[in-house]
This record gives sequence, structure tokens and C-alpha cells, in this order.
Amino acid sequence: MKLYEFEAKSILRRYGVETPPGVVVEKGEDVKAKILGSGLEPPLVAKSQVLVAGRGKAGGIRLANSVDEAVDIVYRLFEHPIKGLKPRYVLVEKAVSHTREFYAAVTLDRGNRGVAVLASLYGGVDIEEIAREKPESIVRHSADFNVGLRSYEARSIAMRLGLPRELQQGFASFLQALYKIFIDYDAELVESNPLTLVDGRFVALDARIIVDDNASYKHPELAVERVEGGETSVWESKARGFGMAFVELEGTVGVIGNGAGLTMTSMDLVYEHGGVPANFLDIGGGASSERVKRALLVLLEYPKARSVFINIFGGITRCDEVARGILEALKEHKGAPKPVFVRLSGTREEEGRRMLREAGIKVYDNPIDAVRDAIEAARGV
Amino acid sequence: MAILVDKNTVVLVQGITGREGSFHTRLMLDYGTRIAAGVTPGRGGSDVHGVKVYDSVAEALEEHPEVNTSIIFVPSRFAPDAAYEAIDAGLKLVVIITEGIPVHDTLKLVDYAKRKGSVIVGPNCPGVITPGESKVGIMPGHVFTRGPVGIVSRSGTLTYEVASALTKEGIGQSTVIGIGGDPIVGLTFTEAMKLFEEDPETKALILLGEIGGDMEERAARMIVEGRFTKPVVAFVAGRTAPPGKRMGHAGAIIMMGEGGYESKVRALEKAGVRVARTPFEIPSLISKVL
Repeated sequence: MKLYEFEAKSILRRYGVETPPGVVVEKGEDVKAKILGSGLEPPLVAKSQVLVAGRGKAGGIRLANSVDEAVDIVYRLFEHPIKGLKPRYVLVEKAVSHTREFYAAVTLDRGNRGVAVLASLYGGVDIEEIAREKPESIVRHSADFNVGLRSYEARSIAMRLGLPRELQQGFASFLQALYKIFIDYDAELVESNPLTLVDGRFVALDARIIVDDNASYKHPELAVERVEGGETSVWESKARGFGMAFVELEGTVGVIGNGAGLTMTSMDLVYEHGGVPANFLDIGGGASSERVKRALLVLLEYPKARSVFINIFGGITRCDEVARGILEALKEHKGAPKPVFVRLSGTREEEGRRMLREAGIKVYDNPIDAVRDAIEAARGV
Repeated sequence: MAILVDKNTVVLVQGITGREGSFHTRLMLDYGTRIAAGVTPGRGGSDVHGVKVYDSVAEALEEHPEVNTSIIFVPSRFAPDAAYEAIDAGLKLVVIITEGIPVHDTLKLVDYAKRKGSVIVGPNCPGVITPGESKVGIMPGHVFTRGPVGIVSRSGTLTYEVASALTKEGIGQSTVIGIGGDPIVGLTFTEAMKLFEEDPETKALILLGEIGGDMEERAARMIVEGRFTKPVVAFVAGRTAPPGKRMGHAGAIIMMGEGGYESKVRALEKAGVRVARTPFEIPSLISKVL
């Protein structure tokens, strides 16, 4: 779960991190009253609150030299889509004039099964390029999850960056605050890019927090309605609404699988045999017939998919449940019929295959045959 | 010989009265797995498919001291607690089937298990099977046959696919481990490879990876450094996947170019591993090195 910048910043402030003073305006509110009521003085910066990267380059961050100009910009930002998505909130902040842009982040370190703390004196939008070209300019520290980030470790990161002595403690405290947020919020990422120096104090100009979806039940206070990612298509949101992983692609062969590995392999197979997948849709493990039905209904309606290849190898997923879901979806589907090719193996495969055969649906034992037929059918339309 | 589980494995099923726990207890029993007891707090005294249910792991072990392995089907919010209970009771192998455990909880748990000398397999995994001896997991048992090939996999369903293809070609498996698909898991590729290296029955190994993380790259390093010496065939799922979820800039920085399909295949091939383009090429590749 990605948090909005204004949510992330309000958390940072509670952990003692300085951010520019600001006010959040929601669509439909009186923008001028809100800005005047906040007591913010120009120059101001208005920032579109969207959960996608590249907002600055897409015109989602604008400077204003007067309150009236800021009001005008805020109204325009509400109507300005970033990667297809218009914001519901705009953050208006006091513009902080600055020359230096630093980088700091705390994230999961999969490889070392721990927590990584990253910092650099060269933050900003080009940080990844810098990481590639001058990796030595990024200090990377692996913290022991059970001990946390000790003060001396945070100070040593500051020293390794080459910060002057009088700034080391301030930067160390900044890192420790990010680390504490990372732990307290079950985060996958806490990042400030950029942060800067104002009168010798570190100020987070931007902040990004991603909370582990599996832990969101521990943080009911974050349950504001959020629109994830502007790249998300209607079809993606539809499937995700049912808790399924769906990615829209460019081809014509609809793909449903169980488990990310097998679903990705199913896509690889479509390519391997000369087709192009229309999507990636993983029904996950142990899917009920209801879940299978919803997944298939999405693809039956999804116009890009001209045929549907269903590739199931059941372990915890039971083939009879899958068959029931497929049959229910085909029965409920009102639109034009679409050819469906089912490969069904694993737990309770006999029951599942029999159910489909009795309903006149061809079932495959071998996924390659099913893929070939699905590609053929998608071409034939 | 085999690794992790064999005919001496005696299993405790935690969460045995739930939908999945009870269903897969039946399937494991049918396969021949020795299941001594089950645990569901508050449901002690009942039985599931003839297996006695206890309120706690300690109680179950008192009556069934021969238990040496636990399999956990407990829902995600309570699964870490169940795993700590098994570790504290001294069980040395804990297989966690449960999906959806918060990753911070897994980090803590995996570290604790290590300090206590227990091996965690999973979470979010299909489990471990030594064909013909013991199945501690949810995999469809009939697709596996006994033989000289070890499998370690990050993907459950892909494992079934490959085992099934091997079995059809008459190539059996020594032990098959699904290590789970979460960002943090207990047993890793390299830890499993260490066990396979020491197992005389295993003549060759199949690595089933997928994009993301750096386990395949680490496996390749292990081979290059001579710490794994048996022939390896690999498949990496996700060759044609569009770039997935990224964790800000930090995700890219921390991986330093590792994690993608190309990086994994390049590392594996450099280490002398034969990389299959599809899972169905694996049987012919592996039969060449046996």
C-alpha cells in the first residue's frame, strides 16, 4: 500500500522530521479559503498527490508566487491527469529555496534478509542514474533487524558520506527516524528524495512510504480510500477489486494461471508458440469457485482477449473448484461467446476434468496443446 | 537417503481443523505421511481423519514425543505465533503453507528459527516431498516419482509442472522443496543446495527460479565458488513479464541491476548451468547430465 506524500510527511513530522509547512486541499473544497486559513506565505509550491512515479516531469509540481496564482494552479492540477489519473488531493507547501538535494531511504533487503539503509549526497530525480554511474557515491548499510539502527551506525553513514562534523548528528537522527517509521509501519520502503539543508537542519522535501499490504490490518488509521497508480486500467482495477493480480498487456490471448510462477510461465509459453498474451492474471493459491468465476468473467468481457488460456496445476487449488467456477462464469456471461482452453492438472483433476467434459468443454492435460489452440483461436477471429 | 523429510518424519499439523488443514491432512495420510497429531487451540480432544487434536504443541508432544516436524495451515495473522510455538517446543523442521504473513513478521521469525537451530520452509510454499516416503505439503503427490534429481523451487505450481514432466519421461526425484514465493523466506536456494550437495542420492539438481530478488544470482555464485558441484539445470519464470512493482528508487539501487530475467540467466549460464527456455525442455536437458 503506497501512502500519499501528505500522509507520509505527516508521519515523518510525528517522528521529529522537519518538512516544509503545508496544507492539503481536497477536490471540491474552497481552495482559496484553505490556503489563506493555513497562513502560508508565498512563494508556494503545489504538488499533485498521485501514487505514481515521475510526477514532476509530468507537470504535477508547480511553483506559485502569490496565493491567487497558487489557487489557480491547484484548480488546474485537479484537472491535470498524471499518467491517466487526476488527483483527489493537492498538497500546497511553502516553497523552500535550496541548492543541495540529498537522498535517504530504508528498505527491505531481500538478499541479506534484513533492512538496508541507503544514503547519498546526490539525490533528486536522477538518483538511479547516479547509482549506476557512481555507485560509490551511495552509502549502503545493512542493519540487524533485531537490533535496529544504532546511533553510532547512523553517524557512521553520515561520516562515510563526508558530511561535515556539525551536520553528522542531524543526519543520523533523520535516518533513525526513517528507520523507526519503517519498523513501526511494517513498511517495505521509507524514502525521502530529495531532502535538503535549511539553516543547518535537514528538511524532507518529498517522502514516500510503502506499507506491506499483508500488514495493513495492523494500521487501520491508514485506511483512507486511495487510488493506486495512474497506469492501472479499468480492467486491472476490476480484477484487483477481487484481490487478484492482473496486468494488462498488448496481445490477444487471455491468460489465467494459479501462482505467479506458473502464470508467468504460461505467458512465456504463449510467446514461445508465436502468440502474444493479452494479460497476466494470477488467481493465487486455493482459489474458490467464486474467485475463478470472477477471474474468467473479467477475461470474457475484456475486449483485448480473443481467446482464453486457463492453465491450472492444482496443489492447494482444487481442480473441481476451478471447474465449477469456469462453468458458472460461462453460464453467467452474457456477451458474445469466447473460446476457452482449459489445462487442468493436480489435486482432484479427475473430478474437475469430468465436470468440464460433461459440459462439453475440451480439457487438456498438456499446456502446450492448450496454448497452441488458444493462439490459433485468437488468430481465427 | 533424501533431505529434510523421509520415512522417519513424524508430522504435527498445526491448524488441522481448518478447511485446508483438514483437507490436506487427508491427502498427506493417503500419501503415506506419518501424521501423529494435530493442534488447534480450543479444539483439543476432537479428531480429524483419525488424527487426535490438541490445544497446544507442548500437549501434543507430550503424548507424541516422536513428532519431529510441523506443518502450519494457520491463518496469516496467527501463523507466526504457531511457528514460534513449534520452534520453542524444539521442532527442527517447520513448514509454513500459509500465505499473506507480513514480511516484517517473517524476518523476525526466520532469524529466531536460525538462532534456535530450526529450519523454516516457507511461508507461502507448497512444502517438501521425498517421493514414496513422505509428503509434508500440499503438492499433488501422484506427479512425483522417486529418483536421482533434486528440485528446489520458488514457485509451487511450476514445481508440479516440472515434476510431472520429469515423471512422464521416467526421471524420478530425490527430494523436492518449494521454498515459497514471499520476499523473505526461511530456507533459501543456497541453503537447500548445501543439503542436496551432501545427499548421495541426488545426482543432479533442478533450480526453478523467477524474476525478482537475487537468489538465482547467489546460487550461481555458490556454483562458481565450487561449493555446489553437481550438475544443475535451471528455469527462470518471467522472461516475457513486463516490469513489475518497484519499490521506489531504493528497489533499483539495492538490486544494482540484479533481479531481472537477463541478469539471472547470465549469472547461471556463466556458472555452467543449463537454462531451459520452457519447463518442458527440462527433462531432456537433465537426462543429458545424469
